[in-house]
Amino acid sequence: MNLTLFLLALFDGIAYAALVFIVAVGLTLIFGVMRILNVAHGSLYAMGAYLTASLTTFIVAAGLPPIFAFPCMLVSAVLIGAVIGGPLEWLLLRRIYHKPEVLQLLVTFAIFMILEDVQRLVWGTQPIFQSAALQLLGNVRVFSVNYTVYQLILLPMVAVALLLGLRFFLRRTVAGKLIVATTEDREAAQAIGIDADKVFLLTFIVGAGLAGLGGALASPTTSILPGIGADMIVLSFAVVATAGLGQIEGAALTALLIGLGRSFAVYVWPETQVLVPYLIMVAVLLVRPEGLFGSPAARKI
Amino acid sequence: MFIRITIPTLLLMVLALVPFVAPGMQVLLTLALAKGIAVMGITVLLRSGQVSFGHALYFAIAAYGGAFTLMLMPGADLIVVFVFGIIAAVLSGIIVGLFVARYRFIFFAMLNLAFSMIFWSILEKFYHYTGGADGMRLPRPTVMWIELERGAYELVMFYLALALALGLGWFSMRWLDSPTGQLFRTIKTNETRLQYLGMSPQRVMLTGYVLSALLCGVGGIIMGLVQGVVTPEYAFWVRSGEMVFIAVLGGAGSVPGALVGAAIYEIVRTYASAFAGDIWQLVLGTFLLIIILFAPGGIAGIYSGVMDRIAGKKEEGE
Repeated sequence: MNLTLFLLALFDGIAYAALVFIVAVGLTLIFGVMRILNVAHGSLYAMGAYLTASLTTFIVAAGLPPIFAFPCMLVSAVLIGAVIGGPLEWLLLRRIYHKPEVLQLLVTFAIFMILEDVQRLVWGTQPIFQSAALQLLGNVRVFSVNYTVYQLILLPMVAVALLLGLRFFLRRTVAGKLIVATTEDREAAQAIGIDADKVFLLTFIVGAGLAGLGGALASPTTSILPGIGADMIVLSFAVVATAGLGQIEGAALTALLIGLGRSFAVYVWPETQVLVPYLIMVAVLLVRPEGLFGSPAARKI
Repeated sequence: MFIRITIPTLLLMVLALVPFVAPGMQVLLTLALAKGIAVMGITVLLRSGQVSFGHALYFAIAAYGGAFTLMLMPGADLIVVFVFGIIAAVLSGIIVGLFVARYRFIFFAMLNLAFSMIFWSILEKFYHYTGGADGMRLPRPTVMWIELERGAYELVMFYLALALALGLGWFSMRWLDSPTGQLFRTIKTNETRLQYLGMSPQRVMLTGYVLSALLCGVGGIIMGLVQGVVTPEYAFWVRSGEMVFIAVLGGAGSVPGALVGAAIYEIVRTYASAFAGDIWQLVLGTFLLIIILFAPGGIAGIYSGVMDRIAGKKEEGE
């Protein structure tokens, strides 16, 4: 493997890790607060991607400058969070917090099935490709490698900003502290007057919005077709489980680990690229069942 | 009590007469029985409070095992194909089970999903061996070393599926009531108590997991042999989701419910897919939500409710 290939694999890995982190952090945030694994998270990612591609195509067709592709991404993420995530929590998930975990899993799985078909009904089965945002930023030359600015600089910047922003939000702002308090002990939080329902709703909207944002940012880099949602939920679960459920900083490192592992596999042995993330996950979970950064939960007897 | 036994017996007799009364339904019902056997695997797991989103894995492994047997040993008999297919499913069940038996709930469900997605992508990528998305053919094997016409073969497969469904269904119910089965069900009610009794929940879980892999494998190999072809779609999450759906529809934890659920599901799908082919997952998901939220007992629950009303007495629990 020469330097060029090495750099290409490295950049691929970083760009991919940034995207996966953005999706996975939403999943882990929702789990950390609500103790629910949202299987439909992958669908929200896919819908974010589709929505961004449609909006961008519409804007370019309307003759507006392609720079408006970036606001489109934000708009899509907010729409996914507020218009889809909000009602999901409010109408469905709220009914099942006290039910057995199996039923909670089944409900989010049912939502996942429904949303997969909704995508196909709205956007069809033909792959959609819309890379206006990617082309707008052009390329950058690092050593002997040309790489897109979008993937090499913008995506990692967004991911890092998100990580720092979430840390700041959860530890320094009132809303964030309310979320942390509810996570630690829901009953105690309610006893001192925190509206847990509102906290859950807010968390789910933010988490769903992050899935939408991940999809929005991914949309210029890949063609969007049915099935990317299913791939993404399994992959982001791999990241989240390897890191330890609910670990935000851990998810960032694990995303990087898995992203790099996958991209180097592409250049060394392409058939295995799908396997590598799961091999990493299985290897970690065999040694540390609670994940790299998770701590073993105390059992209630 | 009388009426509770009469209706299933009558249903069974009608089912056994289907090839003569309604030959058009025969293949459809064979596939439904195959799916029903696989769903029993999910049902068994549900009794320990666990759900797997990846059991189509064993469905596919058995079918591919059968296809490989027929490819490497042309002219192999039905029994040989069956045995090798099921051995493949059980072996992989043991290997994966050793890993996933340590986990519960979310991890259990998602790790199974991950394993099935891995197998699915292997099937798609290594197309030199697996035929990629086109899958592999399963040419019609001999039955007891006798060459059969298509009609006779399908008849044999129907009764084989029926016999296996009844036999394995009976076995699963007996197993769930056996000491090991009781321990297995304790994982749902109180796993800590199991440990206090000096039992290893992992080992109990593994036993149940392998049984569920076996059931899914039997379903898969029947399905592959009847359809004559196996594709990676057998291992896809949609298939796993369908199995979970039928298990919940039939009644979470009810073994006969799994078979009835599969039959109803398959018949409805055959006639409804003309109208709702594009939104099939949507329909399934919506029904799944409705069942979970409003009729958690599924068909088995509704059935025993109706029977209670007819017999005019209270249910005794579980």
